[in-house]
Amino acid sequence: MVGRAQPEGELVIRGAVRFVDERTGTAPFLRKALRYLFPDHWSFLLGEVALYAFVVLVATGIYLTFFFVDSTHQVVYHGPYVPLKGQRMSEAYRSVLDLSLSVKAGLLIRQTHHWAANVFLAAIVLHLFRIFFTGAYRKPRDLTYYIGVTMLGLALLEGFMGYSLVDDLMSGMGLFIAYGVGMSIPFVGANLTAGIFGGAFPGAASLWPRLYVAHVLLLPILIGVLLTAHLVLVALKHHTQFRQRQAETERTIVGAPLWPAQTPRSLGLMVGVAGVLFLLGGLVQINPIWLWGPFHTYVSTNGAQPDWYLGWLIGALRLVPGWDFTIGGYTVVPNPFWGGVAFPLIVIGFLYFWPWIERRMTGDTGFHNVLDRPRDAPRRTAVGIAMATLVFLVLLAGSADRVTVLFGISYDAQLWLYRVLVFVGPLVAGLVTYRVCVELQRGEVVEEERRRAEGEARRAALQAQRAGRPS
Amino acid sequence: MAKAKDWLVAALVLLVGKRGYARRDEAPRLVSKRETDDRAERVVLALLGLSSLCALGFVVVYALDRLPAQTQLLGLALGLSLLALAGALIVAGKRLVPDEELAGEYPPAAHPAEQDAVEQLVDEGVDGISRRRLLKLGLLGAGGALGLAAITPALSFGPFLRVKELLATPWRSGRRLVDENGRPLRAADVEEKALYTAFPEGANDEEQGAPLVVVRLPKRELDLPAELAGYDADGIVAYSKICTHAGCAVSLYRAPLFRPTEPRPALVCPCHYSTFDPSTGGTVVFGPAGRPLPMLPLETDAKGYLRAKGNFDGPVGPSWWGVRNRKASS
Repeated sequence: MVGRAQPEGELVIRGAVRFVDERTGTAPFLRKALRYLFPDHWSFLLGEVALYAFVVLVATGIYLTFFFVDSTHQVVYHGPYVPLKGQRMSEAYRSVLDLSLSVKAGLLIRQTHHWAANVFLAAIVLHLFRIFFTGAYRKPRDLTYYIGVTMLGLALLEGFMGYSLVDDLMSGMGLFIAYGVGMSIPFVGANLTAGIFGGAFPGAASLWPRLYVAHVLLLPILIGVLLTAHLVLVALKHHTQFRQRQAETERTIVGAPLWPAQTPRSLGLMVGVAGVLFLLGGLVQINPIWLWGPFHTYVSTNGAQPDWYLGWLIGALRLVPGWDFTIGGYTVVPNPFWGGVAFPLIVIGFLYFWPWIERRMTGDTGFHNVLDRPRDAPRRTAVGIAMATLVFLVLLAGSADRVTVLFGISYDAQLWLYRVLVFVGPLVAGLVTYRVCVELQRGEVVEEERRRAEGEARRAALQAQRAGRPS
Repeated sequence: MAKAKDWLVAALVLLVGKRGYARRDEAPRLVSKRETDDRAERVVLALLGLSSLCALGFVVVYALDRLPAQTQLLGLALGLSLLALAGALIVAGKRLVPDEELAGEYPPAAHPAEQDAVEQLVDEGVDGISRRRLLKLGLLGAGGALGLAAITPALSFGPFLRVKELLATPWRSGRRLVDENGRPLRAADVEEKALYTAFPEGANDEEQGAPLVVVRLPKRELDLPAELAGYDADGIVAYSKICTHAGCAVSLYRAPLFRPTEPRPALVCPCHYSTFDPSTGGTVVFGPAGRPLPMLPLETDAKGYLRAKGNFDGPVGPSWWGVRNRKASS
C-alpha cells in the first residue's frame, strides 16, 4: 500500500469530486470557492463567534426539547429537591427542575444553552461595534447590515422567551413586565397583548404552547434564514479589508484562501467556542432555577436582574419618572411605554437609519470595500460612542438596586444622578471622542511630515557623502 | 504468534510511518508548497490524542453513577476535549498547511448591460396588455383582501376589543379575605409594621385581580382622600398586590426599617421600585408607576373576619390606553 502511485486518500477525494460534479455541475464553483479569500484581522472573527454560538444553541436546544413540558398546569412537586417538596408549581417548571436535578448531563446541557445565549448576544453586539465603527455597513453591504440589525432584535426576543419558558419566579416576573410593557403601547396595546397572552395576565393555557413554539420553531427558523441570507450576501460581495498594505485597495482583496489556510482556523474557532461554552456550562453556575422557586402572580422577590442583554431595558423602565401621559383623565401613553418600547425603538431605529443619515450628512453614496479606522470618520465615531454611552448608562442604572444593597448608597439619589447623566454623558463622550479622532488624524499628518522631512535630510546627507567632502 | 507479530508491525508501519505521496507530475501546483514541520505534526497528534482521551472521559463520567460534581466533570471533559481539538486544528492551520496570502479581484460593483436586459425582459413580457394600470389595481386588491383574510384567524388568539375582561376581578361585597392556605383573615391577627398577602375566598389565586396587600396603620397616620373615606377597616387597608406600572407583585414593605429621610412606611415593587403610600390611598411616592394602587374597601364582620365591602376603586394591573376612565367590575 505504501508504495502505491495513487494513494488511497487521493482516490477517495477524486471519487467524491467526480460524484458531486457529475450530478451538480459545481466543480467550477467549488474550485473558486476553495480559493475564496479571507482578509486577516482579529475583529473579523466576532461575527464567526456569534455564528458558532448559534450552532451550539441549536444543538443544545434540541436536546432540551426532549425533556421540556410546555404546560402551566399546576402540579405538586414530589421530586428529590427537598426545599421545594409539596409546593404548587407548573408542569413547565417541574420539567426543568427534573431536567436540572435528575437527568444525567441535563444540567450541563441547560447551563451550556444559557451560557451560549449570553455569548451569542455579546458576540453580536461586539460584531455590530466592529461593523459600525469601521463603516463596513456602507454600500454594497448595507443590506447585509440591515439583516444583521434585524437578527439582533430577534435574538433579544428569543433569549427573553427562552428564560421566560422555565416559569420559575424570575421568569414569571419578567413575563409579567413584558405583559405590562405590551399593554402600554398606545391604542393597540391592550388588544395586542391580551391577544398574545390569550386574556388578562397570566393568560390562557395556550400561552405556554405559543411561547414554546415561538422559541423553538418560529424564531430559530427566522434567525436561521436571515443568517443564511447574511452569509450569502457577505460571500457574494466578499469581505471588507483594512488598508494595511499597498496591495489592499478598493478593487484588490488580499487574504488567506478558504482552502487550505482558512478552513482549519475557522473550524478550530468553532470547536473552540463550543469548548469554552461547555466549560462554562459545566463549571460556572448560571440561573439556578431551583433557588428561585415557582412563579405565582402574587409573588416577587427583591434584587431580580435579567440576563445582561436585557439590562438596558430594565434600566430604562426604572429611570422614567412616574407619570402616565393623560388627557382629561384619559390615559394615552402608560408609563412602561417610554422605557420598554420607545427607548429600544429609538436605539434599534438609530441602527437602521444611521447608514441613510450618514449618506445625507457626507453625500458619500459610493462603493466601499476598504474599511475606515474609527479616527478616519470622527463624526461617525463620535455619534456611535455617544449612543453606546447612552445605552451603557441606562444599563448601569438598571443595577442601581444592587449598588444600594452592596454599598448602601441611596437608590433614589442614584436614580436622579442617572436621570441627569443619560443626557450629559453621551454628549460629553461624543465631544471627547470627536476631539480625540481629530487629534489622532492631526498627529498622523505631523508624523507623516516628520518622516518625509527626515527622509529628505537623510538623502541629502547621503548625497553629500557620495559627492565627497568639498575641501 | 509470529503471524500476529507481523500484523502488528504492518499496522504500526501503516499508522506511524510517513508516507511519501506520489505527486502527479502532469499538472503544476495550485497551492504553494510548505516545508514539512515535524514538531508541529507531533503537537497536533498529541492534541488529537488528548481530545480523544477527554471525550472518552466524558463517556466514563456519564456512566459512573453517584459521582460527586458530575455536571462539573462532564463539562470539564467535554470542554477540554473540544478545546484540544480546536488547538489541533489551529496548530494545523498555522503550521502544517501552506500559509498563503493571495490577492484577488473584488466582484464588479454593478452589471449595467445585464441590468438593462433584465428590465427589458420584464417589460416585454407584459407590453401586450392594454389595461395595465387597472389590472395592477385588481391584483393589488385581490392580494390585499386575501392577506386580510389570512390574518383574520389571528383574532381568535385572545379577547379582541373586549377590554371588559381586563377589568374583571373576583372581588365583590361580602367576600372574605383568606391567606395563601385558604384560612380566613381575622382583623385582630393583622399587626402593624407587617405585610400580609390575601386572596378572595374560593377564587383563583393566579388571576391578576385576586391578590391583595394588607397592612395595618395607626389610625392617626391614615390620611385617605375624600373619595376613599371609609375604605379602611379600623386602620387596616387593602390594595391590589399587582403594581400599576408593569404588573409585578408589590411585595416589599418599607416598615419598620426605613431611612429617616423617608417620611413614612411605603409599599414597594421590587421590579422597578415603584413606591406607594398606603396611608394616602396608594399614591405614587417614587418610581415609574403612573397611577395609585387600586384600593379595596374593607369591613370587619361580626366574627372578626375581614370582608370586602365592594370592588377596587380603579382597574387592577398595568395601565393601558384609556384605563383611567374605567372601574373594576365584579
